[in-house]
Amino acid sequence: MKISLGKWLLPLYTVLALTFLMVPIVYTFVFSFNDSLKSNITWRGFTFDKWLNVCAVQNGAVCEAFANSIIIGVVATIVATALGTMIAIAIVRYRFKFRSQTSLFLFLPMATPEVVLGAGLAAQFLSIGVPKDMLTIILAHIMFCISFVVVTVKARVSSLDPALEEAGRDLYGSPTQVFMRITFPLLLPGILAAALLSFALSFDDFIITNFNSGAVTTFPKYIYVSAARGIPAEANVIASAVFIFALVIVVTTQVSQAARAKRLAKQA
Amino acid sequence: MAFAAFATTTAPEPAARRRSPIALLLLLPGILYLVLFFLAPLVSLLLTSFQKPTEFGDIGQFDYAFRWENYVDVVQAYWPHIVRSFGYALIATVLALLFSYPLAYFIGVKARKWPLLQSLMLVLVIAPFFISFLLRTLAWKQILSDESFIMTSLKALSLMPTDAHFTGTPIAVIFGITYNFIPFMTLPLYTTLERLDLRYLEAGSDLYAHPFEVFRKITIPLSMPGIVAGTLLTFIPAAGDYINASRDFLGGPDTQMMGNVIEANFLVLQNFPAAAALSIILMSVILIVVGIYVKRAGTEELL
Repeated sequence: MKISLGKWLLPLYTVLALTFLMVPIVYTFVFSFNDSLKSNITWRGFTFDKWLNVCAVQNGAVCEAFANSIIIGVVATIVATALGTMIAIAIVRYRFKFRSQTSLFLFLPMATPEVVLGAGLAAQFLSIGVPKDMLTIILAHIMFCISFVVVTVKARVSSLDPALEEAGRDLYGSPTQVFMRITFPLLLPGILAAALLSFALSFDDFIITNFNSGAVTTFPKYIYVSAARGIPAEANVIASAVFIFALVIVVTTQVSQAARAKRLAKQA
Repeated sequence: MAFAAFATTTAPEPAARRRSPIALLLLLPGILYLVLFFLAPLVSLLLTSFQKPTEFGDIGQFDYAFRWENYVDVVQAYWPHIVRSFGYALIATVLALLFSYPLAYFIGVKARKWPLLQSLMLVLVIAPFFISFLLRTLAWKQILSDESFIMTSLKALSLMPTDAHFTGTPIAVIFGITYNFIPFMTLPLYTTLERLDLRYLEAGSDLYAHPFEVFRKITIPLSMPGIVAGTLLTFIPAAGDYINASRDFLGGPDTQMMGNVIEANFLVLQNFPAAAALSIILMSVILIVVGIYVKRAGTEELL
């Protein structure tokens, strides 16, 4: 009896722990179908209405906030991914003065609490008289995404086999050809992962945005501002849709990676 | 989602690095960006923290000065918030570690035979990241509110006094922080446990060590990099968090943390020097704690 209990304890705990992690997600999803009025606290019956007319509530305030978040996320991701990838390549591939200091400097933004990053930027914008709007949010998001891009892409660059590029050079490929046909395609999965991470960070950021957004509303800021008077079910709809979308992407990549690993193992 | 920083396996260093002007070209734009939008703001935060109010000026008008008393003022006014921030963050970090270790151990060690199951369980661990941080905190608020099914049942079963509250208490705030940062703890733990060489454990038990002894003397030391990374990734954002402690979320008037007062001073009261001084204190304490901790744990290669 004792042995079987010990054997089942850990799997049982894992199931319970994972279930616990899912509780607020399931709650948010279920309440996106709530036939609620202004606030979405008590269950009033099932409806698809909120999913079908997401933008109807409050003259589309939820959708506007969502659209702002998407625009900010896309622009910040593109810039941060470009800047971060370049740094990652330089750090892994080249020797230069202050290399370890550069690494430390890149680590600092990740070790700084968001509230400090947000207040610092806001203090700077205040002292040089820059009005807060969409641009200041984007500038802030690029800043905190760069380091995460560097770390993600760096891992990919250092796992790259230098022999592949040497082979390209041996076959008289020009440096540009070698980069475009060998290095870049091999780095692409890492760059894509970094871009997804940046977008996720930017999309869900509230604290830094709150300090630098002025009158502009992003999706998390909309939720924060509405929290006192009640959040419409439409916000749950958007959050649930984003959740399902992200889940599909991640599960598909995981399953296809597993399938690929199996195929490669069979060939070998 | 800092886990990505640790979720990747480190590969052997590639062939010799070259010196080239290209390196500078690649580095310069990004580094310059961080100097302008990360380093310079910290400097302006420091300068702001010493400002004094403009004489006969409006609210929110300040002049550059060296008013170090600002620091004395904020510590006197907000020492409970400072203590709460680090206290809550510390408790939440310990709780998250206790919660995550068995979970990460099962996924990283016991589930090795089934890679697909392993990756699907990992997806469930990071799933909370895919739904808005604020919404999942609000979800807990509603699930655990006084009128909720759980609370009324607990009270009906006399497992809780009828006048007890959960939301608005320090316990609720610590609960919320713990929940929200569990993935930051689980993922780095998983990464080190996944690479744990089981032969060491077998060697331990071959030498007649009690399973507990094996765990204490082999498993824990070998998973130390994951423990260090996970606790830092949890502690740093937890100390600066102000969503969970906010009155509209899981907190109440007596649970406000440093983040809450920084926000209030900056965005509402327009007392920028106070907000800046508090931010500098928060950042300095974190850097000191992190520095000591990383040194003592002996894992300096974090990045």
